[in-house]
Amino acid sequence: MNEIIKMTATELAEKIKTKQLKSAEVVQAFIKRAKETDSKIKAYMEITEEYAMAQAKASDEKIASGKETGALEGVPIAIKDNILIKNLRMTASSKILENYIAPYDATVIEKLKNSGAVFVGKTNLDEFAMGSSTENSAFFTTKNPWDTERIPGGSSGGSASAVGAMTAPLALGTDTGGSIRQPASCCGIVGVKPTYGRVSRFGAVAFASSLDQIGPMSKTVEDSALLLNVIAGYDKKDSTSINKEVPDYVKNINKDLKGLKIGLPKEYFIDGLDTDVKKSIDETIKIYKSLGCDIVEISLPHTDYAIAVYYIICCSEASANLARYDGVRYGFRAECDNLSDEYKKSRGQGFGPEVKRRIMLGTYALSAGYYDAYYGKAQKVRTLIKQDFEKAYEKVDIIMTPSAPTPAFKIGEKSSDPLQMYLSDIFTISCNLAGVAGMSVPCGFSKEGIPLGMQLLSKYFDEEKMFNVAYKYQQATDFHKQFPRI
Amino acid sequence: MNAKYEAVIGLEVHSQIKTDTKVFCNCSTDFHSQPNTNICPVCTGQPGVLPVLNKKAVELLVRTGLALECRINKKSVFARKQYFYPDLPKNYQISQYDLPFAEHGKLNISVDGGVKTIGITRIHLEEDAGKLVHDIGMKKLDYSLADYNRTGIPLMEIVSEPDMRTPQDAAAYLTALKSLIEYLETSDCNMEEGKFRCDANVSIRPVGQKEFGTKAELKNMNTISGVEEALVYEIQRQIEVVENGGKIVQETRTWDPDEKVTKSMRSKENAHDYRYFPDPDLVPVILDDDFINKIKKDIPELPEKRKQRLISECGLSQYDANVIISDKALADYYETALETASKQSDNSGKQIANWITTELLGKLNSAKLTIKESPVKAENLGTLVALIIKGTISGKIAKMVFEDMFNDGKDPDTVVKEKGLVQISDEGAIVAICKEAVAESPKIVEEYKAGKERAIGAIVGLVMKKSKGKANPQMVNKILIDLLKQ
Repeated sequence: MNEIIKMTATELAEKIKTKQLKSAEVVQAFIKRAKETDSKIKAYMEITEEYAMAQAKASDEKIASGKETGALEGVPIAIKDNILIKNLRMTASSKILENYIAPYDATVIEKLKNSGAVFVGKTNLDEFAMGSSTENSAFFTTKNPWDTERIPGGSSGGSASAVGAMTAPLALGTDTGGSIRQPASCCGIVGVKPTYGRVSRFGAVAFASSLDQIGPMSKTVEDSALLLNVIAGYDKKDSTSINKEVPDYVKNINKDLKGLKIGLPKEYFIDGLDTDVKKSIDETIKIYKSLGCDIVEISLPHTDYAIAVYYIICCSEASANLARYDGVRYGFRAECDNLSDEYKKSRGQGFGPEVKRRIMLGTYALSAGYYDAYYGKAQKVRTLIKQDFEKAYEKVDIIMTPSAPTPAFKIGEKSSDPLQMYLSDIFTISCNLAGVAGMSVPCGFSKEGIPLGMQLLSKYFDEEKMFNVAYKYQQATDFHKQFPRI
Repeated sequence: MNAKYEAVIGLEVHSQIKTDTKVFCNCSTDFHSQPNTNICPVCTGQPGVLPVLNKKAVELLVRTGLALECRINKKSVFARKQYFYPDLPKNYQISQYDLPFAEHGKLNISVDGGVKTIGITRIHLEEDAGKLVHDIGMKKLDYSLADYNRTGIPLMEIVSEPDMRTPQDAAAYLTALKSLIEYLETSDCNMEEGKFRCDANVSIRPVGQKEFGTKAELKNMNTISGVEEALVYEIQRQIEVVENGGKIVQETRTWDPDEKVTKSMRSKENAHDYRYFPDPDLVPVILDDDFINKIKKDIPELPEKRKQRLISECGLSQYDANVIISDKALADYYETALETASKQSDNSGKQIANWITTELLGKLNSAKLTIKESPVKAENLGTLVALIIKGTISGKIAKMVFEDMFNDGKDPDTVVKEKGLVQISDEGAIVAICKEAVAESPKIVEEYKAGKERAIGAIVGLVMKKSKGKANPQMVNKILIDLLKQ
């Protein structure tokens, strides 16, 4: 195995900047790895070799000529295929956008370009980011690099698998109800859902606008912090982004944790929690205690309602957000001789079953006579869930939970039962409803050798503390130094 | 109208807000551009885009709201109004539902010499849809073309209370509203360009009944007189239905301006369920007192106030004042003319109004010109009236001068000088002409002396003829009377 692909993004950035490595050489190594493994893993919608090599060459020239370089100069990154890179295909893993060429750059892409990052590929996802396994992709299912019979999690399963299989040191995902953290947990990597409003959503295909956030995925905590440094910040193109200073997330990452209060919400440690998951969390608690932290039991009393509230809100917003895919201006259009048929057939044939299910659920929830009972009520309960977190943070500095109730399950195991599938997100969705930041950090392996993750949930805009808490843990463990045998 | 019934009418006016750029993106609002040239990813509903509110549009709406004595809501919310149509790229329109910018206003209108107050329910901000083209020149297409230049242009929807009782009320309301908006310069109100559109809700009820009847919504009226005509037709239609033992059904009807009838478009059962919900891409707009007060200070003198001033300060009749203030440009013209005249003579206010209403407007009408295109500049009309008052020319000569001014765009001094039209006010000269005329009219002199005082008119006519109309008529009269006494 080429040593380059084992390096962290932080190391690669340093080595490229100091001319110990050329970006072209680094990018080539990752692309070679991707080409070797992707027939088995299927993480990528497209490996953008030509695009990446041109970028790498430009970075190398920049460095050679002594010009100022960006924080990720020459470093490869994989991009979830629901984020737009100008002139590249962007499918959202949907048939309805199969041949769509992005006409503009997402704000995060603009920022990454300015930082010198190199885009090695677009990664697979559940269609329109709706799902927890990538089985809802219209094109193919991505495999877990630790066991190709298992799902990589979702919806950012392609990005998680790409980083897990070391075909890219960094990736971007999007997280609406756990779509970064749950696959990160499944693939043994770090995944961060920033505070709502921390990262611009402009140029990420909207699924549920009030819940969606773009976030970093990487092998190490430090790499995610480095990536968030680049993509975070106010964007005047996104009215929901917050105009608040972005700290250097790497700078204070190694602070001592003595006296830090970590809250364990009792509602998350339910009967039937997978024994391996439970064991890994117990071990994690021990490690934090050894680092001088206080472990405090807390309550998030409205946790039980989170799934119901989440599916009402996300489906309602999705039903409107996805209305634009009608075949009139772009995307898949069924050949018909009248408008009404064209809408029905283009959307009927262009969308997959899960997307249609959610559009119908959302349409129903917003219908005259049902609005108050569903959407209106869900919004009220969402406020209660938010208040649960605010109250909890009066007692503790950070909250810890498992990232997912079970290790990655087998492909096909839950695909016929949407409700079982929805429960995969049970630990991650409250974070999106409340808008707080959350991340998944590798915290062990199941008996079968499948990675497990623990989730840290920080206060609003307290990612700095969250990275610090995660980093110290990673320093004390070596789960992130394990590599899948693929 | 059948005296047994009265109509109840409420109007919804869509007025394009006069901004340089669209309401949620930076595209131009220019009406005359080539199709699909003022478009971008945002207003064509590409994946991943987000709306950003144009502050200017809010300012202009608030300005209109304040002038209509509305309450301005400190917190306003945008909502998505969902329906599928090819002129609507997102298949939802960003509009407002629960919390519009302005509510509870009123507008005074003049009908039959009296004043009525019409309540304004609300004014909300929304984006316009695009335009579908079904023919090229005379050629009817068997497909439709979509032009998205208009998509996203800001509209204010001004909804009235059902306070109007006759089609004349409705016309007076629209005239007053249009005039007010023109004064405020918040919209061009150009009905031909679709910048001022009106839907009408109308029902009938037996005189004396308090409850409203079942209403019909009328669409597709493109002029104020069209609204009046459509209402006249629709009220009569409803009366006939009821008189014939039928029932009015709630429905949307479209006005056919060629056949001059309203036709059913869709019934209540087929009415849209717009599934409004707050737009999660836009944060609630909070308006503080400073913002509102600054706009308030900037509001110019409004038509109602201007009318009162013109009556009390310039001595205009109600009728003339109404005509003059109905169009801001006309009122500005009047005041400019008055200013010029006042520098040269006194008490010209009434005469200028007369000249405008009887001479100028008639001529402009037949030449199909607006007041802004008038070949007679306001200053020149003022000077002309001053010349009359000063006695430099007679009223009769002035009409000739005006003719030349209108045809050649010349100023009155030049016309008078070139044609030698200066009034003869030299007593000696007039006495000489009068003596001549008396000498030539022995019979008339006899009649006059016999007590037929009216006969003097014929001698005056002769004097005027001899002087080519230039003799000062008052002086001629006086001198003749003196001469005939001898």
